[in-house]
Amino acid sequence: MPKNNVAIVGIGQTKFRSKRRDVNIPEMIYEAVKMALDDAQMEPKDIDAILIGNMDHFEGINFSEMWCGIDAAPGYLKPVVKIATGGTTGSSLGICGYYNIASGIYKKILVVGWEKLNEGGATTGIITAFDPVWERPSLAGALGPLALMANMYAAKYGITSEQAAKVTVKNRSNAANNPFAHLQMPNITLDYVMNSQMISYPLRLHDCCPQSEGACAVIYANEVEAKKVTDNPAWFKGVSTAHYYTFGTDDIMYNLPTATIASKKLYKKVGIKDPVKDLDVAEIYEPTSWSELSWTEALGFVELGGGGKLLDEGITQMSGELPVNPSGGVLSTNPIGATALVRFAEAAIQVMGRGGKRQVPDVETALGMGFGGSLWTELAILGKDPSPLR
Amino acid sequence: MDKVAIVGCAQTKYEAEKIDLTISELVFEVVKKLHNELGITNDDVGCVITGSNDFNDGRTIANMAIQDAVGSVRKAESRVSGDGAFAYVYGAMRILSGEYDTVLVVSHSKCSEGDQFLINNSIFDPFYQRHLGLDQISSAGLMANMYMSKYGITEAQAANVVTKNRKNAINNPYAHLQNKVSIDDVLNSPMLAYPLKELDFPPYSDGAVAMLLTNEENAKKFTDTPVWLKGYASCTDAYYLGHRTMTDLIGLEYAAKEAFKMAEIKDPIKELDVAEVFEAFSVHELMIYEALGFCGKGEGGKFIESGETQIDGSIPVNPSGGVLSSNVAMANGLIRVAEIALQLMDKAEKRQISEANTGLAYGMNGICSQGNCVLIFGGE
Repeated sequence: MPKNNVAIVGIGQTKFRSKRRDVNIPEMIYEAVKMALDDAQMEPKDIDAILIGNMDHFEGINFSEMWCGIDAAPGYLKPVVKIATGGTTGSSLGICGYYNIASGIYKKILVVGWEKLNEGGATTGIITAFDPVWERPSLAGALGPLALMANMYAAKYGITSEQAAKVTVKNRSNAANNPFAHLQMPNITLDYVMNSQMISYPLRLHDCCPQSEGACAVIYANEVEAKKVTDNPAWFKGVSTAHYYTFGTDDIMYNLPTATIASKKLYKKVGIKDPVKDLDVAEIYEPTSWSELSWTEALGFVELGGGGKLLDEGITQMSGELPVNPSGGVLSTNPIGATALVRFAEAAIQVMGRGGKRQVPDVETALGMGFGGSLWTELAILGKDPSPLR
Repeated sequence: MDKVAIVGCAQTKYEAEKIDLTISELVFEVVKKLHNELGITNDDVGCVITGSNDFNDGRTIANMAIQDAVGSVRKAESRVSGDGAFAYVYGAMRILSGEYDTVLVVSHSKCSEGDQFLINNSIFDPFYQRHLGLDQISSAGLMANMYMSKYGITEAQAANVVTKNRKNAINNPYAHLQNKVSIDDVLNSPMLAYPLKELDFPPYSDGAVAMLLTNEENAKKFTDTPVWLKGYASCTDAYYLGHRTMTDLIGLEYAAKEAFKMAEIKDPIKELDVAEVFEAFSVHELMIYEALGFCGKGEGGKFIESGETQIDGSIPVNPSGGVLSSNVAMANGLIRVAEIALQLMDKAEKRQISEANTGLAYGMNGICSQGNCVLIFGGE
């Protein structure tokens, strides 16, 4: 356990959609920030520091935190820092927040992830993430490597397009229970997904996540401060991160080694022996339908190659033993700088019992995951108390 | 506050254009140098915190390029998108949490590979400020003009900052610009943004800096002279230049007060032995003196003329030559931290301030001291 335990005491999200023409960037972020402050019954003066992040290139604004941290968040005359790591931005923010409190340096902080993707070019930005000589000609945007991974995964383990499509059906119908989710499809069918346009083999349009605009704000507090706000915070039991080679193609791409490394580290720390039994819900970062099947293997929910079987057996459905992505996941909502923070926030919402229609019954321990970069994984486990399970 | 120590640091030579090195080779050079000096390998490093900026590197998720170079494969690495001093702070937090024994902190910039006007103009919001063509040079001119007009500071007074720092850099084997300039050289250099001339501004440099942090239990394994964090504070001023008090560095003033309080420093000039500050332009350093409480408001010009901030003065400022001699964009704040660490470890060689035991490092984010990070270090 860290020197200071860390609790989540307030959460705000915007209703995610493809274009928020009614707000500019700071106005959009402010919605989530105000919601979180109200939720924690705090005023701007109560916040010690702000962590705020997005991907600078996507909206074409350098040092965006210097603008948004002051206009949209109560950062004037306070510390304002940006953490930006691509798809894992939200979880990197979430984990940096953990260390801000765990270290004892700050007592109450605001963590905000955001993106306004239709005011810029995400794919154009992501292309520049890759090495200009070795990778850029062949790996276009996020879809390139994700398609490669799906293809290798399917070939290695015999996972079918239909199994992948079922993930989209699960997640976007789950999203119908989440008032914040972007793509809410209560009546989605398998045919709808399987008949959609092929984008990059084997990824069809509806195997892929959308581009969403929105923000997620989370307020963290230490033990003393958390008690002043609520009897029912969500506590961090632990966090972990695993990174990998600069060139993702230097190693296997048919599963996600960093998820295995990060989850093993974290499960050991938190005393998790069997994740399906010990976790009550998981919010994982699935940029494509295929990814969710593969990530459930890497996270130890099922043996390697068993992702399709796990889904077919219903274990990750809302009614199953370990519901995955009751919020609708990334397949339903992807405001890149916020997405991984939304996973932590949704895990916290489940622990706090505030999930409304998407609430999984009797949640005590929840997993949140971030994914991005050169195939990195970040994890957090939240619970009703900060102690390990065993 | 618990104890966190810097136990070693390494810097590259700063140059105009490291044409033979990619960014990852540049970072590898400094990380390997640090490993060799400390006698460690990747296995001895608990996690890595890096500082960089996507616009500067021309790459989204710029830290992807340096995973192999920093040795973060299968480990935790996270990136502060901002000045390297803030990366130091995050690294220190990871030690202070009790969850890591060692943290490697690395920052880099390769200014030669970017269009500095575009990079800096992009800091300004796209609605009101960007199309005015504002950048780090024009905004510095605006700030300098207001400050100097209000307090009657002269261009010649400000030029002393340049002559001091450029002379100090000659003693620093890593510095980019290592030649003296005279007051006349500064005053006669081309006007860039009134009242600031070419030599009032820093060059653009390529380089990288790395350091290892650890806790109390492990410090002596690495060095007999660990450098301890005594005080820290950060404060952010308003964003729009029109919202700023352009004649005073308010954010820095607030941060300095809090950092001094934490470090139990009541009289900065007496109790600090050395300071390394991020002086983005000549006049900026005068404003920094005032914000740090080295002298009163409006007295920055007189203070530099007093000689107290020279290397033989009562509060040497930028014995390394400062940013005016080596401007490594995102790494500047972490270089300030490294230079203070070297001073306190008695390893600053020709630029060593004798008996340096307490030092201040100042890192800056954004334009004209909008984001401020003040760090106080002690040798005991």
